[in-house]
Amino acid sequence: MRDAGLIGEASATSSLRVRTRRNARLREALFALVLLAPSIALFSTFAFYPLIKTFYLGFFRSDPFGLSASYVGFDQYIDVLGSDRFHRSLFTTGLFALFTVPTGLVLGLGLALLAHQKLRGMIIYRTIFSSTVATSVAVASVMWLTLLNPSIGIINYGLKETGFEPINWLGDPEWALPAVSLTTIWLNLGFTFIVILAGLQTIPEELHESAKVDGAGAVSRLFNVTLPMLSPTLLFSVVVLTINAFQSFGQIDLLTQGGPLDRTNVIVYSIYTEGFRNFNEGVAAAQGVALFFIVLTLTLIQFRFLERRGFYGN
Amino acid sequence: MATNVPAPRRRPFRWQRVATEAAQYLALTVAAAVILGPVYITVIYSLQPVEKIFSYPPQLYVTDPQWDSYKRAFETGSLGRYLINSFVVSLAITAGQVTTSVLAAYAFAFLRFPFRNLLFVVFLATLMVPWEVTIIPNYQTISTLGWLDSYQGLIVPFLATAFGTFLLRQAFLTVPRDLRDAAAMDGYGHIGFMLQVAVPLSRAAVGALAVFSFLMAWNQYLWPLLITNEDEHRTVQIGLKALVSANIDEFNLVMAGTVIAAAPILALLVLFQKQLIRGLTSGAIKG
Repeated sequence: MRDAGLIGEASATSSLRVRTRRNARLREALFALVLLAPSIALFSTFAFYPLIKTFYLGFFRSDPFGLSASYVGFDQYIDVLGSDRFHRSLFTTGLFALFTVPTGLVLGLGLALLAHQKLRGMIIYRTIFSSTVATSVAVASVMWLTLLNPSIGIINYGLKETGFEPINWLGDPEWALPAVSLTTIWLNLGFTFIVILAGLQTIPEELHESAKVDGAGAVSRLFNVTLPMLSPTLLFSVVVLTINAFQSFGQIDLLTQGGPLDRTNVIVYSIYTEGFRNFNEGVAAAQGVALFFIVLTLTLIQFRFLERRGFYGN
Repeated sequence: MATNVPAPRRRPFRWQRVATEAAQYLALTVAAAVILGPVYITVIYSLQPVEKIFSYPPQLYVTDPQWDSYKRAFETGSLGRYLINSFVVSLAITAGQVTTSVLAAYAFAFLRFPFRNLLFVVFLATLMVPWEVTIIPNYQTISTLGWLDSYQGLIVPFLATAFGTFLLRQAFLTVPRDLRDAAAMDGYGHIGFMLQVAVPLSRAAVGALAVFSFLMAWNQYLWPLLITNEDEHRTVQIGLKALVSANIDEFNLVMAGTVIAAAPILALLVLFQKQLIRGLTSGAIKG
């Protein structure tokens, strides 16, 4: 194993004495440590230590003023993770994923299919379709805050002109989450488009040609050639979009602050309010641990699949 | 091109092809208009006086552009300061991530040392720790260090990246081993080989990482919101929130601020589209 290294520096010196070789190996290992030290220090300080600390904080209950905390063991985890409030937040986040992921995927696929053709000027369309990838969550949210505004918003204007009742998008408990979802779908569209178009470009042209020769029409080719070949990319997009949904915060903070009636109080927003508004660090930490396991599960699914397909590996 | 297919089936009449292309362009243009719609409205509103924005029906074109709102966004909203902060923070994060990734990736790709594979898995494991999960201890750390409302607080936690290390390691692994041997013969040490051979040969991956890092850093929201309370170190994303809360009825001012916050990064997309796409597709791992 050891001698099967990638770059055989040691093999060049193999004719030399064993002691020199051992020294060279030690030097190489020390040099590797020096190169890795900055990353190791940063990961330890800002990823691993705080992760363990989050688990630890969940064992302590803050007093109502957030001044001191006492050890309560698993009680707080049981209380928080079993509470209706947390279940509602989890349900809201799940609903948010359900509103954003399938729609976003279908729209991204549609755009990618449209742009996957040899037409003059396509580069311009592709740039436009990709553009929201460069849009920050704050910029997108403020744009949609205006579009969704009940009095000046262009969306309500469109509704009124076509004979529908105007909607109080962000103030109505029924409509707030769909409104936030609409913003999110638009924001994610550029990313989904880029990933699916890249997937389309890896499908060999010959497959389409031979299907054509066999007399398959455009619709048949889409369902029998394109979509099956694209399924790893689509699965990848679903996982990434779902993880994104579970980590969403900015659009909630700018559009609804979790309201009305907690209807947009997704899990990260709930962590933020408990930890930084109510100073309930323990409660926030317990919710953070739950979020960690959710994202961990989704990430493992993704790694398993990346490993199997070796996709985007270069 | 298959040759055993009858010519008439392969080549439809000319008008049919023209019609198909026209339909494709129509669909593309409609889709582009829907996606750009919000951007268009934003720009229009930023150039209109407030009374016109509140008029019904809304006027969806500009007759007399009012550039004044941009000037005011810079003056009353301190957007200039926020932009400088965002540039400083994003450039520092980008430079830091590229540096730490080059170093770590070099070790993983070219050096032999004990526990190499295990350590690589540990690096990748950081991708499974969402930043949102660890904000409370990280806030405490930054607070203890006295780095609240500081550039260090905004920059240092993000200076290392497993994604970047992974991306560059993959690129370094494609560098032919003969080159390393030849470089060693010529008396190159590891540093010389890294900077003069490995990195230049992997410049596409390095470029992708740099553009991707800058984009992610520029668009950060939660962390800068938590640790900045004063204008002095606020980034443009948080500045935009402050502008909205302070001037909620002045839509032209708010929209001008939005355009200012979005413009630099959109320019980046147009200039470095290829690198960005490469970065996104090769490892939207973190999402």
